[in-house]
Amino acid sequence: MSKPRVAIHKFASCSGCQLAFVNMGTELVELVKLVDLVHMAEVGHVLPDDAEMDIAFIEGSITTPHDVERLKSIREHSKFLITMGACATSGGIQALRNNADSAEWMRSVYARPEFIHSLSTSGAIANYVKVDFELWGCPVSVRQMLSTVRSFLFGVPPQIQREKVCQECKRRGNNCIMVTQGAACMGPVTRTGCGALCPSFGAPCYTCYGPAENINVGSFGRRLMGLGLTQEQVVRKFSSINNAAPAFSDAAKLFCSEPWMEE
Amino acid sequence: MSDMRYLPRAALSGLIDAIRDAGYRVIGPREETGQGGLVYREIDGVEDLPQGLHDRQEPGSYRLEKTGSPRYFAWANTASAIKPFVYAPREKLWRVVHKEGRIHFEPVERDAAKTAILGVRACDLAALELQDAHFLRGKFVDPYYKARREKLLLVAVNCSHAAATCFCASTGDGPEVSTGYDILLDELEDGYLLRVGSTRGAMIVADLPLQAATQGHLEAALAQSEACRAQQRVLPGEKDLARLGEQLESARWTKVAERCLSCGNCTAVCPTCFCHRELEVPALDGKSSEHWRDADSCFSEDHSYIVGEVVRHGTRERYRQWMTHKLFNWVPQYGRIGCTGCGRCTTWCPVGIDFVAEANIVLGLAEAPEPELPHVDGSEAAQ
Repeated sequence: MSKPRVAIHKFASCSGCQLAFVNMGTELVELVKLVDLVHMAEVGHVLPDDAEMDIAFIEGSITTPHDVERLKSIREHSKFLITMGACATSGGIQALRNNADSAEWMRSVYARPEFIHSLSTSGAIANYVKVDFELWGCPVSVRQMLSTVRSFLFGVPPQIQREKVCQECKRRGNNCIMVTQGAACMGPVTRTGCGALCPSFGAPCYTCYGPAENINVGSFGRRLMGLGLTQEQVVRKFSSINNAAPAFSDAAKLFCSEPWMEE
Repeated sequence: MSDMRYLPRAALSGLIDAIRDAGYRVIGPREETGQGGLVYREIDGVEDLPQGLHDRQEPGSYRLEKTGSPRYFAWANTASAIKPFVYAPREKLWRVVHKEGRIHFEPVERDAAKTAILGVRACDLAALELQDAHFLRGKFVDPYYKARREKLLLVAVNCSHAAATCFCASTGDGPEVSTGYDILLDELEDGYLLRVGSTRGAMIVADLPLQAATQGHLEAALAQSEACRAQQRVLPGEKDLARLGEQLESARWTKVAERCLSCGNCTAVCPTCFCHRELEVPALDGKSSEHWRDADSCFSEDHSYIVGEVVRHGTRERYRQWMTHKLFNWVPQYGRIGCTGCGRCTTWCPVGIDFVAEANIVLGLAEAPEPELPHVDGSEAAQ
């Protein structure tokens, strides 16, 4: 049996997820025994977008009309399509532009804006094509990537948790910094995957892995205000790396719209 | 009275040394400087103990205050004490290897280190008793828990004050330690009233410079325990809690769900919660796999995932599951409620949901407070 063909495609992103992939160490050697890594610009393998693939990993968000065409071609020629990281999965930090006047920005920056062929939004891959599986994170977790590849090789659905960062934080024996310091830690609304990295060092979580399942943004945002944040600061907390994930963009809108607390 | 002895504070280091000489690693309370608060970690000696630190607990808040006191145990409790040292929050259960067309199961090493835990409270020991009932006295004994439990030495310290979130007096589990310890201390102004509860404990204290306890020592210890009995929060009694099963459609569950984050912090810090999930972690080459157990929570979707369906989708159902199991369904399973009054679920809830208040409201024994939002000191600088 021939090895599955795997591609890693890049759209609008910092390449950090591909770098995480390259940095995985000896497991990369093991991985290429199992799959043919035939397209990955970061390491110099480049095939056309219409090359046939078993698994296509997508890094980055969709920001130009050309991106849309490339993505559609990739989808047509890939059996499984998996998004990799915050940009591909929710639109990334660059999706903050979705709330701005794109044409006005172009005019204010470029002398000849008509040369710029850009969409007015930074969009998640799932806004344009069917996505078979999503890997969240900024950057993506190599452990989750490898377990996803392994699951596809076995022919079983990947087992990736959607619980809150808090669960992993407590398994590590951490004290909750919201409770001990009044820190505005986003752990209770953020999906696990990082191993509770920041709170383990006493720093508040900032939503790298996007929204967890069954979150309560209203109660959580009110609590942040109780801890001393202004309504605008609460909006900013939700408007980070995964600002365009629907649960977070809805939360930001919620705290933009209503006065939540009397002065 | 003859079993009561007195250990001067200067000799506490001798007790720690004696425990270590008996082959134990010593786990004790120490200040966690990165995250704040106290944690149970390995200690080298008395210099690691939180001398003069006092805890101030409220729903959703835990702060330490420095006092001039020479005491090492002048706090009520910490986010966890015994539980993670016997029921590990994450552990490998076995490994499976695929070779020569067959699968082979390989056990993991279960050789636990001898572990002494210093400073456990009455609520912690009562909770350990419940964990023992679950892991050791059911139809199937948990060998991983058992290996660690058998190597445990417990040095209890009676509380000298109750936190605002404590309610052990109403569950009958405190404030005084009555059983389950190897050595029991009452911390007084200049030393410790000391009792032994096991042969192991007696051997450890045998060479310490113990003195006869005076009437004054006994009276001081008794006065401290009495003061701890005055607690702000009171859990409904057995008779009332027996009505909880009739409250499944209470409108209060919806009100709680409006505030609850479904984060599972309450279940993680609860000293009796034992729910877990098991997961398979295959090696990349697909030739072997590790089987792991993670502490799980009834606030996660996986917890109620049965035959392809999540049964408890919303927070209303998940919070109801947590409270009714703990305070109602536990009774037919283990002969008593699953709560020992430590108050951790209330202190460590990021939005400060008061478990005792909610139980009283659901049972119609108290009115819902107005406003519904938890009181928070807004002056605190948040980042």
